[in-house]
Amino acid sequence: MADVTLANITKTYGDTTALADVSLTIPDGAFVVLLGPTGAGKTTTLRMVAGLDKPDRGDILIHGRSMQGRTPAQRDVAMVFQQYSLYPHLTVRENLEFPLKSPILRTPRDVITRKVAEVAEVLQIAHKLDNKATALSGGEMQRVSIGRALVRDPAIYLMDEPLSSLDAKLRSDLRIELKRIQSSMGATLLYVTHDQVEAMTMATHVGVLDHGRLVQFGTPRQIYEHPVSLYAASRLGTPKINVLPADLFGGSPAGAKSIGLRPEHIALGQGLPASVQRVEHLGDQTRLHLKLGVHDILTLADPHTPLTSGDTVSIQPRDALYFDASGARL
Amino acid sequence: MSYSVTDPSPRQKWTAGTLVVAYALITLLPLLWIIATGFKSPSDAIAYPPKVIFEPTLEGYVNLFTTRTRMSPDALSALGEPATWYDRIVRQYDMVISGPSRYGERFLNSVIIGFGSTFLSVFLGTLAAYAFSRFKVPLKDDLMFFILSTRMMPPIAVAIPIFLMFRQLGLSDTHLGMILLYTGVNLSLSVWLLKGFIDEIPVEYEEAALIDGYTRFQAFTKVVLPQAATGIASTAIFCLIFSWNEYAFAVLLTSGTAQTAPPFIPTIIGVGKDWPAVAAGATLFLVPVMVFTILLRKHLLRGITFGAVRK
Repeated sequence: MADVTLANITKTYGDTTALADVSLTIPDGAFVVLLGPTGAGKTTTLRMVAGLDKPDRGDILIHGRSMQGRTPAQRDVAMVFQQYSLYPHLTVRENLEFPLKSPILRTPRDVITRKVAEVAEVLQIAHKLDNKATALSGGEMQRVSIGRALVRDPAIYLMDEPLSSLDAKLRSDLRIELKRIQSSMGATLLYVTHDQVEAMTMATHVGVLDHGRLVQFGTPRQIYEHPVSLYAASRLGTPKINVLPADLFGGSPAGAKSIGLRPEHIALGQGLPASVQRVEHLGDQTRLHLKLGVHDILTLADPHTPLTSGDTVSIQPRDALYFDASGARL
Repeated sequence: MSYSVTDPSPRQKWTAGTLVVAYALITLLPLLWIIATGFKSPSDAIAYPPKVIFEPTLEGYVNLFTTRTRMSPDALSALGEPATWYDRIVRQYDMVISGPSRYGERFLNSVIIGFGSTFLSVFLGTLAAYAFSRFKVPLKDDLMFFILSTRMMPPIAVAIPIFLMFRQLGLSDTHLGMILLYTGVNLSLSVWLLKGFIDEIPVEYEEAALIDGYTRFQAFTKVVLPQAATGIASTAIFCLIFSWNEYAFAVLLTSGTAQTAPPFIPTIIGVGKDWPAVAAGATLFLVPVMVFTILLRKHLLRGITFGAVRK
C-alpha cells in the first residue's frame, strides 16, 4: 500500500474539459470517495491513476514516484470496473487467478490457491469457483470482479461504482464487507460513487468533483457540516438539503442569495407557519413534507409525532448555511 | 402484421416441413447426383434415360487415381490373373495400371494453398482488424474503404497484370505465389469481418488485463483472441471456401507443380469422357471443406460469449 498524489491533473477531450487542474493526496490507508454527478470527472480520475488515460498536464505520484510513461501494469494498481468486469471465456476461479498469474506478479501456485480460496470465502463465492463467469447472477459477477482486485496487494485499489448495479440488500452487505476488508488490510482505496450513503459510511476522505474541478476535499463530516458551496452541500445528506431564498426567515448575512437547511437543521415549534403535506413514518425517524408559501421543505420529526397532513407547524432555521449568488458559502 | 403466439397447427407444421424437405432436395440433388455418378460405370453415367438404380462400382475412383495402358489380349493373358481388386476392374477394359495419376498431387496442392492462404489471411486480418478497431489510425475510414475496394474489381480484370508480375518475380506456378495471391484477395474480407467481431468485444476487458499486469500483446492473446474465436472461425471458413474453389487464377497461373484440383479435374474428361472419374474427383474435393466447416461449427454456434455484462 502506498500514498498516491495527483498533481495538477488536466485532461480535455476535444472541447470538453474532463479534469481541470485537479490536485489531491490520498494518504496511505485512506478510503477516498470521489463524489459528483455523471460527467464530473470521477471515472476519468480513476483512469488517470490507472494509466489507461494520459493527463494533458500534471503528474501522478505513487509512493512519491512519478508515473509518467508507466504502463498500467507497471503502476501496481487494481481496478474494479463498473461494467464488463469478468473475462467471459474463463471460469470464476480462472478470473480470480488471472491477475496473480500475470508476468509481473508470477505468483507461486500454492499462494494462488490460498489467496483465491481466502477471497472466495470473504465474498461468499467459494461454491461458484468452477462456474463459467457468464453463468453467474449480476451480484455474483460483481463480487467476483471485486475479488479479482482483492487477490492482489497493490499500491492502490481503484473502484468505479462497484456496487451500483446490486440490489439494496447486497449493496449494504458488501459496503460493510468492503469497509471491513479495507480497514483490516490497511488498504488504500480510491472509490467513485454517486451514492451518498456509500460515501458517508465508508470514506475517510471525500472529494467533491464539479465539472472536472475538485471543489472540496475533506472528511465526510467536514463536507457535510462545512460545505464550501451549495453544490458540495447538496452532494451529501439523505434526505437532501433544503435550499430556500435567503430572506425567507430574515436575519441572513449581506450578499446571501440562498439558505441551505439540512432536514435536521429545522426547529419545530417557533417561527413561520408551514402546512404539513405528508408524513412518512420510517420507524426510527419520521419525515415531514412541509409547504412554506410556495416552497417545499423536508424535515425530520419525532418518530411518535402526532402531526398529520393538513396540520400547521411553525418552523425556524437552526445552524443554517448561507450561500451567495454564485453558490459559494458565506 | 400480427404475430401468433399459439403453437402452429398440424397443417402448418406439415406445410413447413414439406417446404423444407423440398428445398433441401432441390439444393442437395445436384450434389447427390455427383456422388452417385462417381460410383457408376461410364456407360451408366451417360445412359439415357438417366439411371437412378444402378450397380455401384469403384471404377471411377480407380480411374481417378491411376493412369492406364491398353494391351493386346495376348499380352494380357501372359500377365496371368490380376493381383488386386483394382487391377481386376481395369482388366475388364483390356487395360493395365501403368502408374498413379496426378490427382493426389493436385489435391495436396489444393490443401497446401487453400489452408496456407486461409491461415495467412486470418492471421494478418486479425492483427489488422485489431489495430483498426482499437488504435487511432490516421485516415482509418479511407484505409478501410481502400481495403474493401480491392475486392470490387472482378478478379479476371487484374489477371493479366498479375500474370505478368508473377512471371517477373518467379512466382508463376509456385505454392508461395498462389498462397500470396489468395491471401491478397481474402484479406479485405477477413479484415472487414474480423473488425466487426473485434469491435463487439468491449475494450474494458483489455483494460482490465492491462491493469491486472499484462502487456497489450498478452491482453490481446489471452483476452481478445479467445473471445474473437467465433469470428475467426467463420472468417476462416469463408476464406477457405474461396481459395479452395478458386478457378480462374488457378487456370491462368498454374500448370504443373502448383496446380490445384479445380483446374485439374476438368482435364480428366479429356481422357475418354470419363464422367465417373470426374464425379469421383469432385466428390473427394468436397470433403476437406465439409470436414473443416463441421469441425469449426462448434465455434460458430457456441458463439455468444458476450454475456458477462452487468445489465
